[in-house]
Amino acid sequence: MVKTSRVVRQSDVQQDVGWRSAPYPVVSVDAAGAVRVVNEAALVLFPGAAVGGSMAGTCPGWLVEAHERHTGGTRDRVSGLIGERSFEAHPVGGDDGTVTWWLVEDTDTRLAREALRLERERTAVLGEVSSRLLTSLNPERCMQVAAELAAGHLADAAWVIAPGGRRDFPVARCVRGGDVVHERLAVDPDDVAGLAEALQGFPPVPSRWIEPSSAPGWLVPEEFGEIGSIVVTPLPGHGVPAGALILLRRTEQRAFSEDEEVFARLFAARAGAAMSAARMFAQQVSITETLMRDLLPPKLHQVDGIEFAGRYRPALDTERVGGDFYDVHPAAVTTGAGAVESLAVLGDVCGKGLEAAVLTGKVRTTLQALLPMASDHRRMLELLNNALLDSHDTRFVTVVLASVARVGSEVRLRLTSGGHLPPLVVRTTGEVQEVPAHGTLIGVLPEIEATTAEVVLAPGETCLLYTDGITEAMGGPLGGEMFGEERLHAVLASCAGMPADAVAEHVHMVASQWIGGGSHDDIAVLAITAPRGRHLTAVGGHGRGA
Amino acid sequence: MTTTTRETLDARTCAQRLWEAVVVGDEHAARDVVLTASGEGLDTESVLLDVIGAVQRRVGAEWAANRLTVAQEHAATAINERVIATLAGTATFPEPHRGRITVACVDGEWHALPARLLSEVLRLRGFRVDYLGAQVPAPHLITHLHSTGPDAVALSGSIATRLPTAHATITACQAAGVPVLAGGGAFGPDGRYARLLGADFWAPDARSAADRLTEAPLPRPRGTHQPIDDLPHLGDQEYTMVSRTSGQLVKAAYSALEARFPELASYSESQRHHTAQDLAHIVDFLAASLYIDDDALFLGFLAWTTDILGARGVPARFLPPALDVLAAELRDFPRAKRVLARAHELSTRTLGVEGPDHDHGPAA
Repeated sequence: MVKTSRVVRQSDVQQDVGWRSAPYPVVSVDAAGAVRVVNEAALVLFPGAAVGGSMAGTCPGWLVEAHERHTGGTRDRVSGLIGERSFEAHPVGGDDGTVTWWLVEDTDTRLAREALRLERERTAVLGEVSSRLLTSLNPERCMQVAAELAAGHLADAAWVIAPGGRRDFPVARCVRGGDVVHERLAVDPDDVAGLAEALQGFPPVPSRWIEPSSAPGWLVPEEFGEIGSIVVTPLPGHGVPAGALILLRRTEQRAFSEDEEVFARLFAARAGAAMSAARMFAQQVSITETLMRDLLPPKLHQVDGIEFAGRYRPALDTERVGGDFYDVHPAAVTTGAGAVESLAVLGDVCGKGLEAAVLTGKVRTTLQALLPMASDHRRMLELLNNALLDSHDTRFVTVVLASVARVGSEVRLRLTSGGHLPPLVVRTTGEVQEVPAHGTLIGVLPEIEATTAEVVLAPGETCLLYTDGITEAMGGPLGGEMFGEERLHAVLASCAGMPADAVAEHVHMVASQWIGGGSHDDIAVLAITAPRGRHLTAVGGHGRGA
Repeated sequence: MTTTTRETLDARTCAQRLWEAVVVGDEHAARDVVLTASGEGLDTESVLLDVIGAVQRRVGAEWAANRLTVAQEHAATAINERVIATLAGTATFPEPHRGRITVACVDGEWHALPARLLSEVLRLRGFRVDYLGAQVPAPHLITHLHSTGPDAVALSGSIATRLPTAHATITACQAAGVPVLAGGGAFGPDGRYARLLGADFWAPDARSAADRLTEAPLPRPRGTHQPIDDLPHLGDQEYTMVSRTSGQLVKAAYSALEARFPELASYSESQRHHTAQDLAHIVDFLAASLYIDDDALFLGFLAWTTDILGARGVPARFLPPALDVLAAELRDFPRAKRVLARAHELSTRTLGVEGPDHDHGPAA
C-alpha cells in the first residue's frame, strides 16, 4: 500500500493522459470544494462537473458531505447511489488538502447481496414449510398446515381448497395470526375465476389474478378490510390434482411482485406434493383397513354366559396380522340333546407375515362355510384338508376345534386337534390337565386322523387353546431358554378361578416378558371359561399363590 | 365446594365396597357397587376416578407389597375393566364437541387400566377418543395418527424400564405433528422424566390430564426438535452397550454370583429362577437410569426390590455381591460404575450387613 500511495503522489495527475481515460471515475477536489480534475469516466456520472467549478450541485450530496468530512479529518471511504447505480468512493489525499476520489461501482455486488439475503430468507421459509408439511400424512392436517403457512408467509389470508365431492369441498382457511379453520364448504368453483381449472389439475394452468370486486362473499374473511389483490394458484400433485391455493392481500399491502409469484409457485409445489402424498396415504390406509378387516383377530364376547377371551401378537411389529388365528362362532349348531353349541377355533398356518395371514383368511372362511357340520369335527377337518390340498398353496395348518355348550352351571367341550398342541384345562383347585385331543396336520396328506376328547368345565374353570409361539418362545432372564410346556402349566395353575380375560392376559404377558426384546413367532391364546356362580370366591386376597 | 367433599366421602365408601368385591373376584357384586354409586348421584367421572381408579391404585399397591400375585392383579383388573364397560354402557356421553385424542400405552406396558379410565373421562368431557390400549407397537400408533389426525396423544406408562421406548414414541408422535401428554408412574413422581423426554405436557393423574386438554389444545410441535438434544449424555454409549449386552451381563453376573454367594447352591429351582429374574430387572433398571442419567431411578428401584424380597421371604443379601459383580463387569463405564457404587453403599446400609468382601478388585 505504501508503494502505491507513493506512486500516486509522484504522478502529476493533471499531466497524466492515461489517467484521464482510466476506467474508473476519478474526481479531484480541493479543500474549498472546487473541482480540480475530473476524468472522462467521471464526466459520464457527473455531466455538470467542470474543472474550477464547485463540487456541490454537480456531484451527489453524499459525496459532497464525505468530502467535507474528509477535509475535517474523517478519512473513510463512503458509498452511495448515483441514479440507479451504487458506488464506493475511496479518498486519496494530496499534500495540499486536495482529495482525489476514486469511484468503484458496486451495484452488482449490492444487488447480489440483497438477492442473497432474500434467497436465504426464502430458503429458510421453504425449509420450514417442507418440514412442517412433511410431518403429517393426514390430508386434513396437511391442508391446515398449508393454509397456516401461506397466511404466515405469503399473504394476509389464505384458502386451501381440495378437490371434493360433487357438492362440497374440503377447505382450510386462515387469516394471518389467526387459527386455521377446516370445514367442508358447498361452493361453486365457477364463482372464482380460474378456481375450477386449478382444482381440475389438468391441463396445467398458471396462477391467475382476479379482480377483488368480483370475489364471491364466502371468499372474504369477516372484518378483513378492503382486498387489494387476489391470486389463485393450482397445487400440483403427483399426477393427481391436489387442489388450489387462494391468496388474499389487503389494499395497504403491496400487490404480489414477480419474485413473490415465483415463491408462491415454489410453495404451491411443495404444498401440493405433500397434500397429494397425504391423500394417497389415506387411500392406501383405507384399502389396507378394508382388506385387513377379516384377517384381524375378532373381538370376543360372552356367549350364553360362557367367557371367551383371546390375545394376539404377530411376529412382526410392523404388521398387525400373522399366521396364527382364532375365531368364535356363537351358536354354530344345536345338538341332538337340544343344547346350543358354539364353535371356537384356534390355529397356526406355517410361516408368518402377510402371506401366512392371507392363508389364515382362507382357512377361517372355509371353516365358517363348514359350520353347519360343526357337530362332526372329523368331517370338518377332512373337508378343510381337501380344500387345502386342492389349493395351490403348499403351506399346512394346525388347528384345534372346540365345540362349547353350556349345560346347567357346567360347560361341556368337544375338542379335536388337527396336528395342534393339546389344549390345557385349569381346574378351580389349580390342577392343570392336558386334553388328549390328537390328530394329524391339515393340508399335507390326503387322509387325516383326528380324535375328539370331551371335557367338562365346572364354574370358574378354564380351557386354554394356544399356539407354539407361547411354548417355543425363546428368552428368559438368562436368555436363550425355551419357555416350554412346564412353565405354561405353572402359569396356568396360578390362574385358577380367574375370568377368561385375565387368564388370556396373564399367559400372554408372562410369555411376552419371557421373550423380552427378542424376536418371536406369532402368538395366539384363546381362553374359554365357565361362568362362575354369583358368590363364588375365586380370587383369594391371601398373598402369593402357588 | 361442600358437594365435592361429600362426593369424595361417598366415593371412598364405594371404593371400599368395590375393593371387597374385586378382591374375591365377584364381578356381579362389583358391578352392583358401581351402578348403585352412579345411580345414587355420584357423577360418572367420580365413579371412574375416585371409585374404580382408587381400587385399581390399591390393587397396584397390594401387588407391590406382595399381598396380591400378578395373576390376582390380572383377575382384579379384568373385573375392573368389565365394570368400566358396564358403566360406559349406562352413562350418557355428550356429543363429541372438543377435539380428538388418541389414548395409548407405551409399548410393552401391561397396565392399560389408567389409560382406559382417562379415555372414558375424556369422552365424558366431550372429546372424541381413540383408545388403543396396551401392546401397541409404535408403527401402528403412528399410522393411526396419520390416518385420524388427532389433536394430541395421551401416553400412559407405569414401568420405568420402558422409558427409552416412551422416548421413541414421544419423538415419533411429535415428528408426525401431534403433541404428547404423558402420564403415569414411569415418568417420575413430579413428571421430571416426561419433561426430560420432551413430552409437551405431564399430568399427575387422569383428572388433571382431562383438565389441561379441556382448557386449550396443546400447541403443535414445530418439527425442529432432535431427540438427541434431550439426552446429550447418550453420546457416551453406556446405555447402548448395557442394553445391547443385557443378556450376557445377566448371565455373567449370575455365574459370578454362584461363585461368590455359596447360598445360591442351596436355592430351589424356582428361587434360582427368581434370582436370575431379579438380576435381569436390576440390569433393566440400570439401563433405564443410564438412559435418563438419573441415579435416583436405580436407587429407588433397589430400595423397592429390597422391600419386596423381604416380603417374599427371599434373603436380599445377594444384592450387594450382585451389584459388585455388575460393577466389575461394567468397570469401563464411568456412569454405570458410579450408580452401582452408590447402590452398593445403599443396600449394605439398609440390609445392615457389610458386603462379604467389600474392597476386592474387579472380579473375573
